[in-house]
Amino acid sequence: MKNAVGRDIPDFLLQNGREVYQGKNYMDGKYLQKASPRTRRYEKPQESKLVDSIADALRQLGAKSGMTFSFHHHLRDGDYVVNMVMKAAIEELGLEDLTIAASSLGAAHDPIADYIEQGKVVGIQTSGIRGRMGEVVSAGKLKTPAIIRSHGGRPRAIEAGEVHIDFAFVAAPTSDCVGNCRGIGGKSNCGSMGYAMTDAKYADHVVVVTDCLVDFPNMPASVEAIDVDAVVVVDSIGNPKKIASAAARISQNPRDLMMAENVAKVIASTPYFKEGFSFQTGVGGPSLAANLFLEKFMDERNIKMGWAIGGICGPMVEMLKKGKVGKVIDVQDFDLDAVNSINQTPNHFEMSASQYANPANKGAFVNKLDFVVLAALEIDTGFNVNVLTGSDGVLRGAPGGHPDTAAGSKVCIIVTPLTRGRMATVCEHVVTVTTPGDCVDVLVTDYGIAVNPLRPDLIECLDKSGIPHVSIESLKEKAYSLVGRPDDLEWEDKVVAVLEARDGTILDVVRKIKPYTLN
Amino acid sequence: MEIVKPAMAGTLESSDAQIMVEPGENGIELFLKSSVMNQYGRQIKATVLETLERLGVKNARVTVVDKGALDCTLKARVECAVFRSADASEKDIPWGGAVR
Repeated sequence: MKNAVGRDIPDFLLQNGREVYQGKNYMDGKYLQKASPRTRRYEKPQESKLVDSIADALRQLGAKSGMTFSFHHHLRDGDYVVNMVMKAAIEELGLEDLTIAASSLGAAHDPIADYIEQGKVVGIQTSGIRGRMGEVVSAGKLKTPAIIRSHGGRPRAIEAGEVHIDFAFVAAPTSDCVGNCRGIGGKSNCGSMGYAMTDAKYADHVVVVTDCLVDFPNMPASVEAIDVDAVVVVDSIGNPKKIASAAARISQNPRDLMMAENVAKVIASTPYFKEGFSFQTGVGGPSLAANLFLEKFMDERNIKMGWAIGGICGPMVEMLKKGKVGKVIDVQDFDLDAVNSINQTPNHFEMSASQYANPANKGAFVNKLDFVVLAALEIDTGFNVNVLTGSDGVLRGAPGGHPDTAAGSKVCIIVTPLTRGRMATVCEHVVTVTTPGDCVDVLVTDYGIAVNPLRPDLIECLDKSGIPHVSIESLKEKAYSLVGRPDDLEWEDKVVAVLEARDGTILDVVRKIKPYTLN
Repeated sequence: MEIVKPAMAGTLESSDAQIMVEPGENGIELFLKSSVMNQYGRQIKATVLETLERLGVKNARVTVVDKGALDCTLKARVECAVFRSADASEKDIPWGGAVR
């Protein structure tokens, strides 16, 4: 069945009331029955929940084959916990048919690819999938199609019981002996622990894995002891060098800076750019550099930013400290400046993934967002964006908060160079739709700006400010004139991944790629 | 042109291609690797074969490791590798002839 972005969704996926994507805000006003976990009572006072090893914790709490284990990705490419837990479950306890439900997975998790090939891990639910895991899933080696969700779609699915978590593993930079966790104060700090919060509330069992045990009570706790069954102390939960990079630097690349300046100009041309406006930006070159130019416009008009959300990095913390932004609310930290600032700098707060972006709660932060600046691997002439699959059709990205912020914000700006190497970023049809075009408003490239025809109000803003813009079709043609028109990718029928829209409908599927022949 | 000895041109940088030509006896034997294989593999093959034909190369083993090079880059790298293999100095290169 074709959905609202023109993608053909196979019928076998449309069971138990599952629908295809119908356009944004389709689920508005509907009621949701929340799921609840089955949790164990610890009525008799416990001095401590410390358990010797992950394997012991799994045994004591009754881990079985066929269960779903959840993880959060604040330790990013430095994470050791996913591999450590899966190794204990599979190699020490001999468990099979396991599903991993993670907020994201990355290059640090290459070893999981082996467990997929051995058939021990049979399900993957995640936002990001990259590296060897992306390759084996793309090759059709995972027993069930991977489910890809946005950062807001994930807590929605957990709360709705679409994913039932048997065991949540919390990678905690610090914990006390009963499981009050924080993202700071240890040796592998990550700052915000926002993605772990819904898991801890909805999982049957919660196991904290830490490498820095601190005195009780570890306050203010990101994950609270009232939800935790066991605490395991290990040598190291991650490689600090890969958890948080050194300060994110603003690009010096003149092409990035030109695009960033145009992004700021577009923002400043709209009526939403006024005292107290709200803003989110990614950490990619031109997205981050937009901060710099935006600050100039803010100074010129003597206005301040009310609040900023998102994955946070140093330059935003810098603006908070200078008093140019009122509050920063933080679901994840990208660099050490942000890690060291959360809950330390006044008005730098932590939030959960649900509070950030869940479309099914009563009002996530993204719904109040004025502007978001995002990158894209590809964007097509329907303004649909792909941030998941590469030009070879292989899974190597993450929707993250892209679809959530695009849908919630008043102005969603995509900034990307027109071509990357020989890849046309602006193209006829994206490989996979990860953010639907009805949520994307403006495209800024190094060869021109295009506005979504769904937003005549923004077209008028740009015209009034004298900002030149062109049709997205003309940008696509320009791109193809530079790099040549690409051949269409060739697919087999087998679905290797299902791309869920943030509201739970099906936005797209990724199929197995056909072996390529030169003839 | 005759491929006299092995020669190479280009780099493995993004947006470039590295071309190696070696003497051969069975027509053109092409070995192609590309970071954009699924979308441009056949176009790359066509460009490389056209360029070799234009230079009159009948027999060669040609290895292309493409990192997303545009057509103009591919042509220039193939031409360079072929002339290097034939020890052609600048005055021997048919500027405006086979090389346009």
